[in-house]
Amino acid sequence: MTLDAIAFWVSLRLGLWVTGILVVICFPLAWAFARSGGRWVPWVESLASLPLVLSPTVLGFYLLIVLSPRGFIGQLFLSVFHVRLAFSFAGIVIAGCVASLPFMLSSLRAGILAVPSQLLDASYTLGKGRLETLVRVVIPNMRSSILTGIINSFAHTLGQFGVVLMVGGSIPGVTKVVSIAVYERVESLDFADAHAYAAILVVISYGGVYLLNRLQRREPRR
Amino acid sequence: MTMLAFDLKVRLRAGDHVFQLDAGCRTPEGRFLGIRGASGSGKTTLLRCLAALCRPDEGSVTIGDDTWYDSRQGIFLPPQRRSVGFVFQDYALFPNMTVMGNVSYATGDRARAAELLDLTRLTAVARLFPAELSGGQRQRTALARALGRAPRLLLLDEPLSALDEDLRLSLGEELRRIQRETGLTTILVSHSAGELSRLCDEVFPIVDGRMRPSDAGPLSSLRRTL
Repeated sequence: MTLDAIAFWVSLRLGLWVTGILVVICFPLAWAFARSGGRWVPWVESLASLPLVLSPTVLGFYLLIVLSPRGFIGQLFLSVFHVRLAFSFAGIVIAGCVASLPFMLSSLRAGILAVPSQLLDASYTLGKGRLETLVRVVIPNMRSSILTGIINSFAHTLGQFGVVLMVGGSIPGVTKVVSIAVYERVESLDFADAHAYAAILVVISYGGVYLLNRLQRREPRR
Repeated sequence: MTMLAFDLKVRLRAGDHVFQLDAGCRTPEGRFLGIRGASGSGKTTLLRCLAALCRPDEGSVTIGDDTWYDSRQGIFLPPQRRSVGFVFQDYALFPNMTVMGNVSYATGDRARAAELLDLTRLTAVARLFPAELSGGQRQRTALARALGRAPRLLLLDEPLSALDEDLRLSLGEELRRIQRETGLTTILVSHSAGELSRLCDEVFPIVDGRMRPSDAGPLSSLRRTL
């Protein structure tokens, strides 16, 4: 059995990058969805949820087109940052972000909605500005939703297959994640290795979900 | 003597019914005022307009020499720049902070917060979280927090309505005591005429969206002189 530790490392890095970026991007977006009554909200919200219902290969196909050196985003990154997105780690991070966006967004949106607007009003009447209110009142009172978003997006990114394969291919040490390694071992009828990879992924995912449940149970005094 | 004066017009919706709240008042600072009205009459909206949590359509709010709102001059100070303390109907305590945390969030320093906890008899529960408090303790925490910014105007939105009868009487007395000790201009809104006449120096009713003390006689305005 020749298990390739580097595929785990690629998956782990991908998960961390995607989750970190999503927390930052999704917070203002979730805030706007939850608190703004704009007409644009249902349109953008549906667009952001599209990765939930689209086939990963369809999503991956369109992402490959826009991230390729001839695509809009691919061209932009190449000319501004000199980074090639198609078949690169940066490319699968972007693809992973798009694919896992709905998980983070829905958790954060639910969390923001669960903080009563009276708490914000109370904070404003106590002389506090929006930023201080956000940091000291809103975020601490939606901790469990933030945590749910983080663990869900991380676990979902670890399990990514179609989108990553379409955008990143299977370059060892760069874009070959564990789920692709499982697929390749099965294709070459190497079931022992496939089992090992798959089992480790199951254990990691179970650990994540278990941790989530434990932390939510500990959520204090409401 | 400095005065609190407001004159506000705001369109309200109660179910399908749209009406205009037209409320005005001019009173010396330091008094305990009551506003009485049925539910949906616009009492809470009036308080929210005074605190800048909602924007009236037109009018003005002045306290002493300070103008907080004047639609003709385009002045509308945000809540952070109005010296108000607001006790919300369901108290709106921060669940992630202890009693001390809630009050010192407002005061910015723990020594002043400790004084307020003493004033509101909460020192023994300072380390508890809101979910661990009784209804009366929550109400007093909300009051201590509202006083934390040393406001010039204290707004109380039905602060006793969630409590049982005995507690309502004793906390009402305590509100009255604290108002006397601090000399703070206070507006209490309630649907209970008895509660208001027991606690307040003067009570104004909102009738059909109108609160104009000048057009109500002494009998109809439930006036009480101390």
